[in-house]
Amino acid sequence: MSVVSEALAWLSDPVNWSGTAGIPNRVFEHVRISTVTVLAAAMIAVPVGLLIGHTGKGRFVVVTLSNVGRAIPSFAILGLALPVAIKLNLGLGFWPTFIALFALAIPPILTNTYVGVAGVDPDLVEAARGMGMADREILRRLEVRLAAPVIMVGLRTASVEVVATATLAALVAGGGLGRFIIDGFAVRDDARILGGAILVAALAICTELFMGGVEKLARPRTSTA
Amino acid sequence: MGEPMIRLEDVVKRFSNSRTLAVDHLSLEIQEGETAVLVGPSGCGKTTTMKMINRLEEPTSGKIFVDGSDVMSQDPVQLRRGIGYVIQTIGLMPHRTIAQNIATVPQLLGWEDSRIKDRVAELVEMFELRDELLTRYPGELSGGQRQRVGVARALAADPPVMLMDEPFGAVDPIVRARLQDQFLDIQDRLKKTIVFVTHDIDEAIKMADRIAILNVGGTLEQYDTPKEILRKPANGFVEEFIGSERGLKRLALIKVNEIRVEEGPVVSPEDTVQRALTVMEEFGTSWASVVDGGELLGWVDAGTMHGMTTAGEATPQRFSAYVTAENSLREALDSLITSETQVAAVVWEGQRYRGILNLDQISREILG
Amino acid sequence: MMLAQDTREPFFRPEWVSRNADRIVEQLIEHAYLTSIAVGVGSLIAIPVGVYAYRHRRAYVPVTWLAGFLYTIPSLALFAFLTTYTGLTTLTAEIGLVSYTLLILIRNVVAGLEGVPRDTREAARAMGYTPRQLLWRVELPLAFPVIMAGIRVATVTIIGLVTVTSLIGKGGLGKFILQGIQRFFSTPIVVGAVLSVLLAILADVLLLGLQRALTPWARSRPRPEGAR
Repeated sequence: MSVVSEALAWLSDPVNWSGTAGIPNRVFEHVRISTVTVLAAAMIAVPVGLLIGHTGKGRFVVVTLSNVGRAIPSFAILGLALPVAIKLNLGLGFWPTFIALFALAIPPILTNTYVGVAGVDPDLVEAARGMGMADREILRRLEVRLAAPVIMVGLRTASVEVVATATLAALVAGGGLGRFIIDGFAVRDDARILGGAILVAALAICTELFMGGVEKLARPRTSTA
Repeated sequence: MGEPMIRLEDVVKRFSNSRTLAVDHLSLEIQEGETAVLVGPSGCGKTTTMKMINRLEEPTSGKIFVDGSDVMSQDPVQLRRGIGYVIQTIGLMPHRTIAQNIATVPQLLGWEDSRIKDRVAELVEMFELRDELLTRYPGELSGGQRQRVGVARALAADPPVMLMDEPFGAVDPIVRARLQDQFLDIQDRLKKTIVFVTHDIDEAIKMADRIAILNVGGTLEQYDTPKEILRKPANGFVEEFIGSERGLKRLALIKVNEIRVEEGPVVSPEDTVQRALTVMEEFGTSWASVVDGGELLGWVDAGTMHGMTTAGEATPQRFSAYVTAENSLREALDSLITSETQVAAVVWEGQRYRGILNLDQISREILG
Repeated sequence: MMLAQDTREPFFRPEWVSRNADRIVEQLIEHAYLTSIAVGVGSLIAIPVGVYAYRHRRAYVPVTWLAGFLYTIPSLALFAFLTTYTGLTTLTAEIGLVSYTLLILIRNVVAGLEGVPRDTREAARAMGYTPRQLLWRVELPLAFPVIMAGIRVATVTIIGLVTVTSLIGKGGLGKFILQGIQRFFSTPIVVGAVLSVLLAILADVLLLGLQRALTPWARSRPRPEGAR
């Protein structure tokens, strides 16, 4: 046995809980890069998705992006982000990771925003128009509200994927919890590999649960029950 | 009457999630070769009753016998293979061709391929389906075609008993009437024992040898022939359920040849005018039918015969209302009220004269 | 690891491809092989489990919860975890890959069975199908298109995840990506990425073709009466 007990020992060793290479800092790095990327992706993908959903123009872009996005492995996206970052002279670490995660986060957010808005009952939109609402008001007061739960599902999917893939950032000299696994592999330290894996899994589950909670808040309340 | 084909003895069904009974101490006998229609409002347990016969539902208490044996003592799978079943939504297998769908039960019973093939061909002819449909899938058929395939499938293994749950409910009224007529024709030949469920009293009247009218909660209000139910509803519920136009509905069930038709004033072309006028006087009319050797030629008016010697010299006029012995009284009534006269001539086998029919006779039938 | 970062290195060097053609083909086959095993074994597990969960509704929530838990664990963490038990082996790779197929496949098996029309099921029962015949001759054939849709999604997902197994010494085309990352050499990354996308598209199309060929009835639409 004892790989697990070694891992638990590693996890509870105070040495691993301090400094730049300590667990708290790695968690912080991991959460920071994930949050920054998801927010940045949302700032682009949500408005674009709203616009496409509202006007119906550019639907092709969304469909293609989401299909291609599904077929490209996230590992390959990270791989491709590296030469891009180098070409742009942005260096290692943050930028290649950011580019990869950003590219990964766009499709689910964009697709869900588009689907959410396009799925609003056209009768409601027509009724709103009939009551004299302008396009901007229809979008803000009606479509965004009704599409919110679907958009939140997109943000949740993106967040979970980003947190998972951020683990791979260690490969391009980024920080985050992936460091423990990658470095553990390098030095054949099973306790560190397993400890890192447990931390990554826990963070991913927490993200899933947290975003699931946020998503519930966005769901419109139904009349009774 | 011998042993009934289907017998329900004090059958009770209570669903586990419900406090009220779905079927309440129901006893019913259905004779071999008869169509019994279970009819009633929703919640009356008609479908549940039917489903207990092939054990798709199991009775809470009571006994059900099919062909003399208790269904609860039989293997449900074997029992079901011996009972035809049709439901409103048909439930054709979407992944099997029409031929395969029809062949379902024979295949389950392990018939030889050649026998199955012959049987399918026979049913295709019986239901006037076209051969090219056989290789298609149910999704490619029209609603009416699917209904016919559903009934054909239920008949495939030639079961003595058929259960039919609103089998013609999912098509438009015109197609429905056609399917009902076709099925009545086929049943005339096959003489299956049929339990037929519907919520439509008119369909029940049309299809049934006997109707069981059920009330909410699964109580039996009346079980009798359509004519008797229409003539004498057992209670207020039945009367309300069969609705208005009770008399008209009953007239539709009675054929002209089932009642005594008056002969009326009849003369032959050879009769003298004097004789003709005497006949008219006897019947208190100013006209008479002209019948030559049993063949109806028309009618003549007393006023047109002045100065003639025989009735045949006057040109017989066509009756404006004709009914045949095979027409229903309702059809006879319709032709009476849409014609100028109060009298319809009744003929059979072409122009063979049978007698005359008037409103009085028909209303006597309604009251009787 | 810190080699020179050369901003003049082109994205793609065709001559590398011709020099490594043999290895590329070899890894492409390896990639397809790893994927087939994972999806095949995943299906063999998911179909009985899905049937069970469909029949016993109480099992559905815990089963999907467990499969969802496995699905949420980042792939690198799962592979890392497994290596401490089964080492850098194909077995490790497959255990991880199979566990990622389960959520998608089980959900689709259950959804497919739920999609079998009630009336078809009732009619089958009424005609005397035994429960076993009902499952094999009616329910599973009718659920097949939905199950296949799950297999297609699982296959595309697994083709992507196979690349990650390069970190535990397997990886198929992922080996080129890892090699490119480690050497700051973009050509193998592009080759690995493009080929794995093409493999995913090819697999998807082939599976769709297979599904269509096996379910001729699923395309049928009502034809007007009398039309041929």
